[in-house]
Amino acid sequence: MKRWVGGALLLAPLTWLYSCSGSESRSNTAALPLAQVDATNGATISGKVLFTGAAPVMPVIDMSSNPTCERQHGERRAEIVVVNPNHTLRNTFVWIADGLPKARWQAPSAIAHLDQKGCTYQPHVQGIMVGQTLEISNSDPVNHNVHAESRVNAAWNESEPPRAETRLKRFQEQEVLIPVSCSVHPWMRSYVGVVAHPFFAVTGDDGSFSLRGVPPGTYKLEAVHERFGRKQISVTVAPQQSAVVDFTYGS
Amino acid sequence: MAAKYQRGLHRFALLLTGCTLLLVVAGAMVTSKDAGLSVPDWPLSYGRLMPPMEGNIFYEHGHRMIATAVGLLSIAMAVWLWRSASPRWLKITGLAAVGGVIAQGVLGGITVLWMLPPAVSSSHACLAELFFSTTVAIAVFTSRGWQAGAVPVEDRGLLPLRFVALFLPVFVLFQVALGATARHKAIGSIYHIANSALVTSAVLYVTLRILLHFAKHDALRRSAIVMLVVTFAQVFLGIAAYMSRLATADAVQPIPVMVTFTVMHVAVGALTMAASVLLAIQVCRNVRRVAAPQASARYVTVS
Repeated sequence: MKRWVGGALLLAPLTWLYSCSGSESRSNTAALPLAQVDATNGATISGKVLFTGAAPVMPVIDMSSNPTCERQHGERRAEIVVVNPNHTLRNTFVWIADGLPKARWQAPSAIAHLDQKGCTYQPHVQGIMVGQTLEISNSDPVNHNVHAESRVNAAWNESEPPRAETRLKRFQEQEVLIPVSCSVHPWMRSYVGVVAHPFFAVTGDDGSFSLRGVPPGTYKLEAVHERFGRKQISVTVAPQQSAVVDFTYGS
Repeated sequence: MAAKYQRGLHRFALLLTGCTLLLVVAGAMVTSKDAGLSVPDWPLSYGRLMPPMEGNIFYEHGHRMIATAVGLLSIAMAVWLWRSASPRWLKITGLAAVGGVIAQGVLGGITVLWMLPPAVSSSHACLAELFFSTTVAIAVFTSRGWQAGAVPVEDRGLLPLRFVALFLPVFVLFQVALGATARHKAIGSIYHIANSALVTSAVLYVTLRILLHFAKHDALRRSAIVMLVVTFAQVFLGIAAYMSRLATADAVQPIPVMVTFTVMHVAVGALTMAASVLLAIQVCRNVRRVAAPQASARYVTVS
């Protein structure tokens, strides 16, 4: 009996993983017409991500497991929830989740950056386009590993020692948001929103966002926050129109 | 069948058992500290035999180092058993332990390279407890008490004691599998929690039956008491681990109180698994089934 159970336990992972393999669907966008941002006639969708209630107090990160990290900071708090002084929420990813005409949007040649500095990720949240290059660097004098916990794109986990060459990565499928983490320093976590079009933004220290050159139409605008989740709002814009949309999260 | 007692062999088996328990603790630390992917490559670590032991690399590479030591000890144990006057089945058990530790190493490597797929990680956790039970069994088989021979007793109970005692480790392993899959987020904790009541009931049934009817049988009594003690310790540690996990759910990194209780829960889980295997072994060795139960004399101790 024990042998049978042992055999089953050994076979289980293989059968499970085999059944899971090949489930990814790769969208065929090559045949779609090439679209470009129309800065002249396009609409602008802007707004703020508001936060009501008391701002949660974020825990102080305990970096004592790596004194080199600890020395670089005084008291550093987690960036999971950052409420700005104007009662808006920082680090919220806002994008058009649905409604754009079927088209192929060209990824920008500009390289996006994700740095490991002071044993934290900088920036904490960012958006890139499908196919855009993400350069990952390590400015720290310590070892890191970079684990992209993708579910749609292929996940990867690679070590990045100090002074190592930067890593260049591209994601081939739209995926919002991909957590990026370091298991050497488990407090390190970043999020990358990979979008098939250029209409996305991340809220900063004033909690605002602005999407420019949006084609006229009706869209589902979505805000995604790592702690508070997703919220969607429907918005309709005409050519050259400016629409203001605010999202509200609360504690 | 009983071979001559070899003190050196038994002590070496105890050393292997102790190191394996340490390995289980180290493995539990890796998972509890979220260190499983801190070393992305395998079998080397950051392309080296000895990476800088900073941050969580200490836990992951430390686990690999202890695992290597246990692997080497297992091979030495198997060679020693093979060259000793031990019975053939014990020599084969030693070889099985080597097979188990190799399979465990491969599973550990796969779980790193494939980035912790729940099925592989859970299998790694379950095989760890089976391997630990095997080392404990070898330590018992090489002990003076074991080689003194069996002391048969008769079981006239309605439900054969040998059957329920053999069922117990399977049930405990199922509980371990539920715990491991919950820990690796493949299923919810509720299944592990709900099944703990059933496993505890089964343990109570078997151990109380032994303590009520075979209390004068040293090997059976000791095995039953150990099983009872580790099971109840495990239940309370499980509650503590779960509560500490709930209390620290919003933490940005693993909190020491959660890590401590969870690691203890895993370690005592391994002891519970081993205790259930030993109990089954002792019952199978000493208890003889006698047919035709009578209400007044279902159990007879044979002196």
